[in-house]
Amino acid sequence: MIIDERNIKMWSTIGARATFGIAALEIAKKIDNLIVCTCDVSTSAGLDRFRKTLPDKYYDLGIAEQNLIGVAAGLASEGYNVITTTFAPFQTLRCCEQIKVNLGYMKQKICMVGIGSGLALGTLGFTHCCVEDVGVLRSIPNLNIVSPADSLETIKALEAAVNSEKSTYLRLTGSSNNPIIYNKDYEFKIGKSVTLVDGNDIIIFCAGAITKNCLTAAEILQKKNISVKVVNMHTIKPIDKNILDESQNFKLIVSVEEHNIYGGLGSAIAEYNSTFTNSPKQLFLGIKDIYGSGGTYDYLKEKHRLDPEKIVEDILKNLD
Amino acid sequence: MDKSNINKIQNFSKSIRRNIIDMAFSAGASSAHLGGALSIVEIISTLFCHVMKYNDDPQWQDRDRFILSKGHACLAYYAALCEIGYISKDELQTFEKDSSKLLGHPVINREIGIDFSNGSLGMGLSLGIGVALSLKKRKKNNRVFVIIGDGECNEGSVWEAAMAASHFKLNNLFIFIDNNKFQQTGTNDQIMKTSDLRSKWESFGWETIDIDGHNIKELCNYFESMEDSELKPKAIIANTVKGKGFSFSENNNDWHHSILTKKLYDQALEELEVNK
Ligand SMILES: Cc1ncc(C[n+]2csc(CCOP(=O)(O)OP(=O)(O)O)c2C)c(N)n1
Repeated sequence: MIIDERNIKMWSTIGARATFGIAALEIAKKIDNLIVCTCDVSTSAGLDRFRKTLPDKYYDLGIAEQNLIGVAAGLASEGYNVITTTFAPFQTLRCCEQIKVNLGYMKQKICMVGIGSGLALGTLGFTHCCVEDVGVLRSIPNLNIVSPADSLETIKALEAAVNSEKSTYLRLTGSSNNPIIYNKDYEFKIGKSVTLVDGNDIIIFCAGAITKNCLTAAEILQKKNISVKVVNMHTIKPIDKNILDESQNFKLIVSVEEHNIYGGLGSAIAEYNSTFTNSPKQLFLGIKDIYGSGGTYDYLKEKHRLDPEKIVEDILKNLD
Repeated sequence: MDKSNINKIQNFSKSIRRNIIDMAFSAGASSAHLGGALSIVEIISTLFCHVMKYNDDPQWQDRDRFILSKGHACLAYYAALCEIGYISKDELQTFEKDSSKLLGHPVINREIGIDFSNGSLGMGLSLGIGVALSLKKRKKNNRVFVIIGDGECNEGSVWEAAMAASHFKLNNLFIFIDNNKFQQTGTNDQIMKTSDLRSKWESFGWETIDIDGHNIKELCNYFESMEDSELKPKAIIANTVKGKGFSFSENNNDWHHSILTKKLYDQALEELEVNK
């Protein structure tokens, strides 16, 4: 795929889901044994062109997510490189035990793409919002969990996941007009975080589309002479231990995620950091273990204090 | 079945269609699941206007129970709850707005007659079994009505429930299968063949009939003439048209989930007027 300014803009406009569809088609043209499987959501996952262009590499299993994972694992066992996709709750929670036994326990390798994760589908309620996927999957061995920060990173993560030995869960967040984090190509490696802004008082770890709000929050804090480092922790599992070692030197560690604060990125960071004797205090920003009311994406981000202003407020409250 | 009753239900259906397009229009860019709501209008009208037992208290113990398993069709549900006075017209206009009680899928709220949250397909029938079992246990003769989609029948959990319902001889459990032949991204035949639903449900031990799901008289007659000799759950395969009622939406699956523009909204109002 040609990574230039024009494409980066276009991918951002159409959002991570549609970008995924385009990327899957490009990848499938290059990789002979690639197959995409979905569950009656081809349009939502940007796969319309894929299903028309490469019908031989495409199976729709109908609205049957448990069957989806079993079928994908069977295909994988015969040497196919399989990508599955549907809305995040159905891609993860609905077929959780199939993921555990087939991918975790038996290590059959596929790449699962959860679309519309986080709070983006807020007007549809919390059957469709997904703030539990990372927590649930993190407890299953032998899986990568990756949450791309923007549309370009979605493409790079998909390529990496397809080429990975291990099964990967790609968690797609954000809506159309997904903010751009990367305006040019960069090195992406599963398990290796990317420092977006350097600083030395506070370190913010984030993942997914909420990364943009963290960058804005950091700008506001810089203006108040607080030096902030922002790290895109796109891979939540395996967690990047090197950057966590480095985080021991900061006054405050902040984790920001469009996910329950239990079980997600913040938890992964805290689990590792608790092995240090004097690890800095950590502020967990995210969904505070509730469902609550629904509504537009912006409304929900604000309600759960994930907009830049509230992120700044919460950080200032926790700085002594 | 007397004519005045049929007229009453027909008017109820008209109000529901009107409320559906009003809500879809007020939702604007956040889109609405129009097609699958319009296909169940006559079913839901017959249930709420004629068949089900309820009173002014949405939590009345002796009410019949209703579960919209294909939760994305909630526009029809909200409209019916408005018709029976559980929610106000003003409240309907909050559909899909920030912090609304009326989101794009039903959210449990027993004060306004929504007994369960639904939206993840394939869950409602199991709930219905639990409710039907407990009614039986308590020797109540109330009935449980569940609406599921034909696409929804792709889900394995539907068939787990299908087996259990007949195993437990739940003759107080009724499901309507909204057989509009479409699901989200195509026809059932294109996406996952659900062919011959009737024989499938029959073989799972259900008393099964085929019905025109838009024919109020037929729907009513089924309940009038039903003899409950066998201890079997009842599956009503309702043959319907997705997007029923408006020329632009009938059998046009673009309306599975879409934005109702001002132009089409006006057209829909006109078509409702003409069909008066
Ligand atoms: C478990 C689950 N998987 C996928 C979806 C996404 N989805 C919403 S509606 C729909 C199609 C449903 O088809 P059907 O039951 O026939 O409803 P209708 O066509 O009448 O609207 C799908 C796949 C969902 N809501 N839940």
